[in-house]
Amino acid sequence: MVRLLTHNILACHAKDCNTNNFPLEFKDVQLEIREAEFNPEFLKGFLPKLEWKALVDTAIQLGDTSLPLEQPEMLDDEFLKNLHHVLLEIHVEEGSMTCPNCKHVYPISNGIPNMLLAEHEIG
Amino acid sequence: MIPTPDTSHLTARDYEQVYEPAEDTFLLLDALEADADRLKELNPTICLEVGSGSGCVTSFIGGILGPSVLYLCTDINPHACRCTYLTGVQNKVNIHVINGSLAAPLQSRLSHKIDVILFNPPYVPTTEDEANVAQSSRNIGGSWSGGSDGMQVTNMLLDSVANLLSPKGHFYLVVLKQNNISRILQHMDELYHLEGEIVLQRRAGREHLFIVRFIRQGRSTVE
Ligand SMILES: C[S@@+](CC[C@H](N)C(=O)[O-])C[C@H]1O[C@@H](n2cnc3c(N)ncnc32)[C@H](O)[C@@H]1O
Ligand SMILES: [Zn+2]
Repeated sequence: MVRLLTHNILACHAKDCNTNNFPLEFKDVQLEIREAEFNPEFLKGFLPKLEWKALVDTAIQLGDTSLPLEQPEMLDDEFLKNLHHVLLEIHVEEGSMTCPNCKHVYPISNGIPNMLLAEHEIG
Repeated sequence: MIPTPDTSHLTARDYEQVYEPAEDTFLLLDALEADADRLKELNPTICLEVGSGSGCVTSFIGGILGPSVLYLCTDINPHACRCTYLTGVQNKVNIHVINGSLAAPLQSRLSHKIDVILFNPPYVPTTEDEANVAQSSRNIGGSWSGGSDGMQVTNMLLDSVANLLSPKGHFYLVVLKQNNISRILQHMDELYHLEGEIVLQRRAGREHLFIVRFIRQGRSTVE
């Protein structure tokens, strides 16, 4: 269930890690593609809240090059369908996410991201 | 009438590890149902439930607000995360589940972006030790053990909610009488300019439970 949408809103929150703590970097991932219902309204509503560059870079890293480097002004159907696929249909089932700054590793298991920190790591 | 979510896929074994929907859960559902029109008018983009347990509450609000909202849930208990996801599937609500404490991993990306926040916290007064153990063992004990005044976990969220709520944001909190509502309201008002209002209350056995709704000051009406 770690989809790229989820990935796009998670940042490292370890103690004293406040800059360059996003996006977390996927490692050793197992992907699964699962179809989801296409909902253009949802995509349009959420688009302004996305970190576009992080999304595109991550998609490319996972082998999907369907998104333009700049967010387009015209939201045509083809673009929305690609966005839908990238955000909601690519599931990272296993693997981990590493903070680009402090290198803390957040594991993913059975599709659920483990963002818990030990007591001494909490800011 | 919004139907109570279908939780028939969860079994007694799940409820050994995960909080089973109870009076507090249903009071929160009733408050959300009473606020259904108001919530729809908000036209929310993001809804976050902290401590989602079985996933019953988010599945319910998913029935009110429909599929064009991003539903996020966090829980420290990994079993709860699994149940939340499954309950979403069962009720056709697409829930993004994160195994984490409160809203910590969302704090930086979703600052001032969340329109609806829900929290039915571990609110039972216990010793501080018991609450600490419950928090670190991440099991079902963390469902109720709330430390002194039952506010140990809730207080941490109260101090981060103002940063998360969008300008029109609504925050619904389950509170037990012993948690001292007037002190909570004063704290939120003075420190964060969030205005709290009791929207529903009920006696359930020994517990006197309240639902408090917080909005930003001067926002008594929805635009
Ligand atoms: C009273 S139960 C409510 C469950 C569900 N929301 C309901 O209403 O039935 C409290 C939930 O909060 C979770 N919880 C406790 N401490 C937490 C924390 N620090 N961060 C996230 N979730 C927490 C527990 O694991 C439990 O699932
Ligand atoms: Zn970090």
